Amino acid sequence: MELKAPEQELSRFRARVAAAAVFVLVGFSLIVARFVYLQIVRYDYYATRAEENRISLLPIVPNRGLIMDRNGVVLTRNYSAYTLEITPSKVRNLEDTIDELAEFIDIQTKDRKRFRKLLEESKNFESLPIRTRLTDEEVAKFIARRYKFPGVDIKARLFRQYPFGEFASHAIGYIGRINQKEMARIEDDEDLAANYRGTEHIGKTGLEQSYEKELHGITGFEQVEVDASGRAVRSLARTPPIPGNNLQLTMDAELQRIAEQAFGNRRGALVAIEPGTGGVLALVSTPRFDPNLFVDGITPDNWDVLNTSLDKPMINRALNGAYPPGSTFKPFMALGALVTGKRAANVAIADPGYFVFGNNTFRDDKVGGHGMVDMVKSIVVSCDTYYYTLANEMGIDLISDFMGKLGFGSRTGIDIEGESTGVLPSQAWKKKRFKKPEQQKWYAGETISIGIGQGYNAYTPLQLAHATATLAAGGIMFKPHIVKYVVDAQTGQRRVVEPTPVADLGFKPEHLDVIRRGMVGVMTGGTGARAFAGAKYEAAGKTGTAQVFSLKGGKYKESETHERLRDHALFIAYAPAKDPKIALAVLVENGGFGAAAAAPIARQVLDYYLLGVKPAGAAPEDADADPEDAHTHD
Amino acid sequence: MPTLTRKTPTPMINLTDLRLFLLRLVRPIDPFLLGVTLCIMACAYLMMLSASPERMNAHILNIIVALGVMWIIASQPPPRLHSFALPLYVLGVLLLIGVALFGDISKGARRWLNLGVMRIQPSELMKIAMPLMLAWYFQKREGALKVRDFLIATLLLAMPVGLIAAQPDLGTAILVLGAGVFVIFFAGLSWKLIIPVGVLGIAAVVAVIIFQTDICAPEVNWPGLHDYQKHRVCTLLDPSSDPRGKGFHTIQSTIAVGSGGFLGKGWRQGTQTHLDFLPERHTDFILAVISEEFGLAGVLIIAILYCLLIARGLMIASNAATLFARLLAGSVTMIFFTYAFVNMGMVSGILPVVGVPLPMVSYGGTALVTLCLGIGILMSVQQHRRRR
Repeated sequence: MELKAPEQELSRFRARVAAAAVFVLVGFSLIVARFVYLQIVRYDYYATRAEENRISLLPIVPNRGLIMDRNGVVLTRNYSAYTLEITPSKVRNLEDTIDELAEFIDIQTKDRKRFRKLLEESKNFESLPIRTRLTDEEVAKFIARRYKFPGVDIKARLFRQYPFGEFASHAIGYIGRINQKEMARIEDDEDLAANYRGTEHIGKTGLEQSYEKELHGITGFEQVEVDASGRAVRSLARTPPIPGNNLQLTMDAELQRIAEQAFGNRRGALVAIEPGTGGVLALVSTPRFDPNLFVDGITPDNWDVLNTSLDKPMINRALNGAYPPGSTFKPFMALGALVTGKRAANVAIADPGYFVFGNNTFRDDKVGGHGMVDMVKSIVVSCDTYYYTLANEMGIDLISDFMGKLGFGSRTGIDIEGESTGVLPSQAWKKKRFKKPEQQKWYAGETISIGIGQGYNAYTPLQLAHATATLAAGGIMFKPHIVKYVVDAQTGQRRVVEPTPVADLGFKPEHLDVIRRGMVGVMTGGTGARAFAGAKYEAAGKTGTAQVFSLKGGKYKESETHERLRDHALFIAYAPAKDPKIALAVLVENGGFGAAAAAPIARQVLDYYLLGVKPAGAAPEDADADPEDAHTHD
Repeated sequence: MPTLTRKTPTPMINLTDLRLFLLRLVRPIDPFLLGVTLCIMACAYLMMLSASPERMNAHILNIIVALGVMWIIASQPPPRLHSFALPLYVLGVLLLIGVALFGDISKGARRWLNLGVMRIQPSELMKIAMPLMLAWYFQKREGALKVRDFLIATLLLAMPVGLIAAQPDLGTAILVLGAGVFVIFFAGLSWKLIIPVGVLGIAAVVAVIIFQTDICAPEVNWPGLHDYQKHRVCTLLDPSSDPRGKGFHTIQSTIAVGSGGFLGKGWRQGTQTHLDFLPERHTDFILAVISEEFGLAGVLIIAILYCLLIARGLMIASNAATLFARLLAGSVTMIFFTYAFVNMGMVSGILPVVGVPLPMVSYGGTALVTLCLGIGILMSVQQHRRRR
């Protein structure tokens, strides 16, 4: 027993060792099986995951296309500058960090305010600029202290600059930081989302907005190897970006400048169109604004100024202001009479100075009337009675039909977004516009004032210019456009924006001739004569004055009316009358008489465009002229 | 009890007889064990050059110290080791109690004891003291083992393991527990007890996996376990639940392993390793570096080396002269298995991240010295093996 016990114990121990060996083998087999599974069976999956870890695609934002006028004058530029940017999610205390940065970098209250505004509009993980356009010295100062500021970095960014400031601001528009709504729209479209990776700005208004697709370009990508913290270690491959296309406009910068200056401090709009192409030569809305304010994110102070101003500089009056056309409507009414056969050109009416319809008396501006008036004379002297009776004879729906064909009351399709439709009154329109049954009914009396461009009539200056251009082109209507060519920035290849004839209204030459004679008469012996005295070309035009405030029965005295309640001054024209090269519409808000306020602006524009003559003084001479003295009415 | 017939080496060295000196120097060394150990260390050297070349000097110093310790222990006869068992165990438990009362806190765990001159981690001592103590106890009760003895052994084991787990240091607790459990197993614990416990354990693991979503809900508290331990288990079950935090280690390590394929990306070519995606690449996750750069082939080589080491260790245990030596050698051998298994499971994402290094490959002096001490024990047992 003494000897046997250890032997027995030893053999039992050896059995346990064998069991342990089996245990070890099973254990290692499990482990090896797991490695076989990971490294052989799932190899492709994990190899892909490792590559995804390692490789990151960094977007390379393309240069935005430039905008040039028809003669190649550059209206927008790009420049590269250093910005100091903060990623809020990576910064512990934002205010303290900014205070510390302000110790060696000039950060003003307006920079802080703008940053706060950007912060409200953005997500936390975005990198937001606290200062733009750093000086080299500031860059050096920051780099030396960079280690103290995690989440703060200097980045080289491309900036948009509008070298002429307020010039043509409503036409060109501006770019600004992409907001959340725009981001959502971009992310909805997979291709768009890919192309906007890295892009921070987008066109907000004007051409910058409507030609965003052309101007943006195609984002390039750099394949970089990154480490776990996302830092790029080395570049693997690079697909260069394709810069955005440049835009060459039909707009003539000098013409635009002369037109803008002609407005002086007055509010208004001017649209000049090339008849026969629809090319927009000038598109003015005053007051203007400085688009440069928006590029880095507008400061709240500037935003407040622009938005609370009574002058509403942000509104593009040419496209979004709707005004009664006043007497500028008369040539179109006359043409309508001829086309619809409601009144022949040689039919004359006797004008006693008023028109009685039911219980209402509609007055003509000239007391005692114009005597016997035919169609040409009705345009030249702007006889209201002639058009009261004409409107009454045509009826609202016939007027509405004809004016609708000329583009009144519908969008012209210009290559700027957000155009208003205006109001082309008709029975159907009224029914839709009002809710109460008694308001929905069209009264025949309401048709009368439609004939002289008042009443419910409300059109944009663009529509007025568009109709004038159609008239000048003999009834062939072109879609207005500001861009002439889209130019490939790399090859210089031009893609022409072809003039698009929208409709041929089929006007008869003899009808057009009547209207032209009337409108030429306006310029030689009528309300436009003074403004166009000595013009070395034959122009066809019509002045207009649109009531802002209804004066019941009483006579309107401009000097006694509050400035904002004064009438709007209008003017339409095309020239040369026989072979029109330019058609335009001018509106001066609360300008008073069209002949005094609007026609001189048109004169400067036409003089420059047709003769190359620049106005002598910067400010229009007739700003303070007494209209009573100049003309009794328009 | 075998008697010691051999003379103990005298401190005096006869310079005239260099051959005798060298013979004495190499006598305690088991060439097979040393060969496998050096192979593993060569792998470690190669991987350290890739994963953390700046630590090469420190690593080589660690290896020299560890090999020195190995030689010293190998030169000790088992009875001397036997005499150390009780004092070491008592000292270890006292120090662990000291840690629980006065220990320094580092990274959320109370593991260190500041002795004024140095900071020590007593749990490391228990990795060797534990099998020594249990082997000593069973040796003492040789031939008269009763159920009661197994209960006492369990108690001796549970005390330090509980203290270590409470620090909390789950990794070391598992290693100490493993070392003790294997002593008890080799001492002859009845299969009738082992099988039900094993089945229960497997059932528990399966249950955890099945009811993962319920028990991992944030409001559920696990009795006896810390929140971070719950997190480790839960992120293991579903690493994607916390990809930036707790799950990051597991996810990135699994990617490193899987993307290695059969032959790997090449030495120093691992993208997961060299672009910092892989955490703890020179310590606990060095196997992920091997897997990424040398693929399945590299893993198999490492696994085979451990198998050879363990096979040799079990052979030494079978041939040991005394019960004490047998149990000690068997248990120390199985420590290597526990280390390797837990680490490999951790790296490949089937075990929670508990901070167990890959034995003799991961960077870190303490673990290396402890493991080489174990090799030294095996060599000592082999030197004084049973003679037929």
